[in-house]
Amino acid sequence: MLKKIGIIFKKEFSLYFNSAIAYIFIVAFLVVSAWFFMNGFFLIAQADMRNYFQLLPWIFLFFVPAVTMRLWAEERRSGTMEVLLTLPFRDVEIVVGKYLAAFAFLILTVILSFPIPLTIMKMGSPDMGPIIGGYVGAFLLGGAYLAIGMFISSLCDNQMIAFILSVVASFVLLIIGEPFVLQSIPDTLKPAAQYLGLSSHFQNIGKGVIDTRDVIYYFSVIFVFIYATMRKLESRLWA
Amino acid sequence: MIEVNGLVKRFGNAVAVDNISFTVKAGEVVGFLGPNGAGKSTTMKILTCFISASEGSASVGGYDCFKHPLEVRRQIGYLPEQTPLYNELNVIDYLSFIADSHSVPAKVKRSRIGEMVETCGLKRMVHKDIGELSKGYRQRVGLAQALIHDPKILILDEPTSGLDPNQIVEIRELIKSLGEDRAVILSTHILPEVEVTCSRILIISDGSLVGEGTPDQLRKHLQGQELFDLRIKGDKNEIESVFLTQDWISSHEILGTELNGIHRFKLNLIPPMVGEDSGERLYDLSVSNSWKLLEMKRGGATLEDVFKDLTTREAGLN
Repeated sequence: MLKKIGIIFKKEFSLYFNSAIAYIFIVAFLVVSAWFFMNGFFLIAQADMRNYFQLLPWIFLFFVPAVTMRLWAEERRSGTMEVLLTLPFRDVEIVVGKYLAAFAFLILTVILSFPIPLTIMKMGSPDMGPIIGGYVGAFLLGGAYLAIGMFISSLCDNQMIAFILSVVASFVLLIIGEPFVLQSIPDTLKPAAQYLGLSSHFQNIGKGVIDTRDVIYYFSVIFVFIYATMRKLESRLWA
Repeated sequence: MIEVNGLVKRFGNAVAVDNISFTVKAGEVVGFLGPNGAGKSTTMKILTCFISASEGSASVGGYDCFKHPLEVRRQIGYLPEQTPLYNELNVIDYLSFIADSHSVPAKVKRSRIGEMVETCGLKRMVHKDIGELSKGYRQRVGLAQALIHDPKILILDEPTSGLDPNQIVEIRELIKSLGEDRAVILSTHILPEVEVTCSRILIISDGSLVGEGTPDQLRKHLQGQELFDLRIKGDKNEIESVFLTQDWISSHEILGTELNGIHRFKLNLIPPMVGEDSGERLYDLSVSNSWKLLEMKRGGATLEDVFKDLTTREAGLN
């Protein structure tokens, strides 16, 4: 099982780097995120990355669907779905392999922002806890976006549609927990809405506190959407 | 090794595969022959567990396609129509991926890839990205990936599509030699290919199996009829309506009209009783209708005639 996942992972990961897309993506992400962060950095004059991590959910909102949109739509379009699904893989091996490859790619992209914390460490004495917590939270958040995007990509034949729907779906999930949305939700549902929102959990982790509840939340989201993707794949046999 | 029973596949209201049953044993190369859209690819997709049947059963190597898809896929080498490939990978990486997927042991993998490159003539293209290859080479990569794990059962959808005449000969020879100890099923709409490579032919039209047999058997099927090629000068509509009234003319086809109003017909006749001759009957018919019968030729049955006959007639083989 694991070996088979590894085979898919290897293929997917090398596909990312065999075309220019990966490099463009990484550079674009780093430039955009650094630009927004550094814009206010010297004005605020604080040796922390809080604003960087505040930005990430919004940057991920557009960048992650760009990664996931091709996960399934590309295979369908080029017909390689037929090759993949007639090889001796279990559905779960394919889905998890693809997911992990996308996740690894995202982690790599985010880690490449290391010059920022390095610079801050040189300029001041930042508290490392929230910074590490921020990165962990970013990976979990990104992982959740990826799972949502992957599921939506499995539903769409067209990459553009997959992209747009993923952005919308992630956006909805992101703002459910935000104050300005909570205002208009009836009191009884408020706690539920707040729990469902992606960002509220992120705030907690961003403070450097890795609460198991938040980690469980993110893993649940990831698990739910990976499972949904597997079912979608399986449904082709019941058509 | 392949057993199909009462297979039906519907897409919404359209029936793509309508009650097909057949078997393929090891040592056979079975050709799936049929016009485009007949249901050949759909049947193959069911055999490779890519889609599922609406009714009926399909089993490969003893495993049912619906219940044990993993075991089925382990035993087969599949070349899908249109030969989809990962364009950004190079040939070696791609073959390596496929070999890994089929759990080809690491020790053997390198030599297997080497053999495939050799057999399929890919030596010069080995380090190129697949997206850069011409159609012929893509087809060869497709074939290589179907063979790389040395499967006992091969399912090839239009394996020579896109190849030039030289390559086609090589690949057909390869398929024939593979068929000696494996079960091979290939689909095509190229008639000569089926005659040359296949030991048995299944003719499919509109989702149904309309003919089955060795090339010789199928040719004999048509010899239960007689074929005539005629050139007649006369009024086309009148001639055709007379043909329709004669019950010993089972079908006629107008091949064309030359200048001067000479029409060329191809006739399918029911052989007459002993003592009578079809040629004479045609002559008498022309005379009694005052046609100018300019040429009359007995035609032999080619596989093409069988094919046309079976796929345009409504009745199947009894």
